[in-house]
Amino acid sequence: MAAQATAMKVTVERGGAGTESHRQSFDVPAYENQTVLDVVSWIQQNADPTLTYRFACRVGMCGSCAMMVNGVPRWTCRTHVSRVLKDGALHVGPLRNLPVIKDLAADMDPFFDKWVAAEGRHHPTRSREEEIQPVDPAAPERQTASAGIECINCAICYSACDTVAGNPDYLGPAALQRAWTVYNDAKDANKGAILDAVSGKGGCHSCHSMGSCTQYCPNDLDPLSAILGLKRATTRRFFKGAK
Amino acid sequence: MIVARAHPLWLAYILHRLSGLALALFLPLHFWVLSMAVTDAARLDAFLTLTDMPLVKLAEFGLVFLLAVHVFGGLRLLALEWLPWSAPQKTWAAAAVAGSFLVSTTFLLRAI
Repeated sequence: MAAQATAMKVTVERGGAGTESHRQSFDVPAYENQTVLDVVSWIQQNADPTLTYRFACRVGMCGSCAMMVNGVPRWTCRTHVSRVLKDGALHVGPLRNLPVIKDLAADMDPFFDKWVAAEGRHHPTRSREEEIQPVDPAAPERQTASAGIECINCAICYSACDTVAGNPDYLGPAALQRAWTVYNDAKDANKGAILDAVSGKGGCHSCHSMGSCTQYCPNDLDPLSAILGLKRATTRRFFKGAK
Repeated sequence: MIVARAHPLWLAYILHRLSGLALALFLPLHFWVLSMAVTDAARLDAFLTLTDMPLVKLAEFGLVFLLAVHVFGGLRLLALEWLPWSAPQKTWAAAAVAGSFLVSTTFLLRAI
């Protein structure tokens, strides 16, 4: 690691379920090359061992370390401090739009419950006795599905979305994008069930196209376009009957 | 926590919402003045002399601006939701609409 330069002001949102939330300031050594997760870990290891946060892989694959960093939801393990410092300061908080368990650890249950509610699960076309159904990688539907499958369930889009903030029933960008990928899967046998799940109260038609999901997705996915696809599919079905 | 939102799509969203709200608030006044044409033409003419005031002219500019951003915001939403175009196609379409609007408005202004 490069030589230590100066200390940096870091404020952390503390507290959680049942306790008053408050901000706590820490002076953290600033290095030329460090991530926001490094900073949070430094605080926990050197300043206050009671600080609660969540991480696992540290390489942007598991989707567990997302937090609000200076007002923007980010994957902290792959966010360099130098890119997000505001006036030399850093403010870190738990993900927005989710209940807080403690400090920086958000309760992901509502996020995953909606994932299930959006019917983004596989509905098989064949049993194990039959031949495996071929999938043409060049088919337009397959390419549409492939565009959305690299989601790591980090809930950054869910946290960035103002529609989620204003409408507790709204399924959110990640769950709807998942439904859209399954809808475009040639191996899925119940597309009607998916459209039923995403066209009700809190479904894709609640989206106001603000685009924060696509703006902040750390994997450069485009949930906004997926939701717009669902809007078209549900509307087409309404006028023409099921696809 | 203060949430950072200022990216183009969000700004387009909020501009569309606020312009729609402002236009909705203006509508009762609009209909009230129009109704004078039926109920009291002389009063309407007297009222319309107000439009010579610079402040009213400025307010009219604001109204036309609100209407323009709301109309184009609505067209943007329709295109976004109904036309699954790629990003470059959308940019070209927006540029074409903006260009033709500029040319046609220039001709219109020369005509009057």
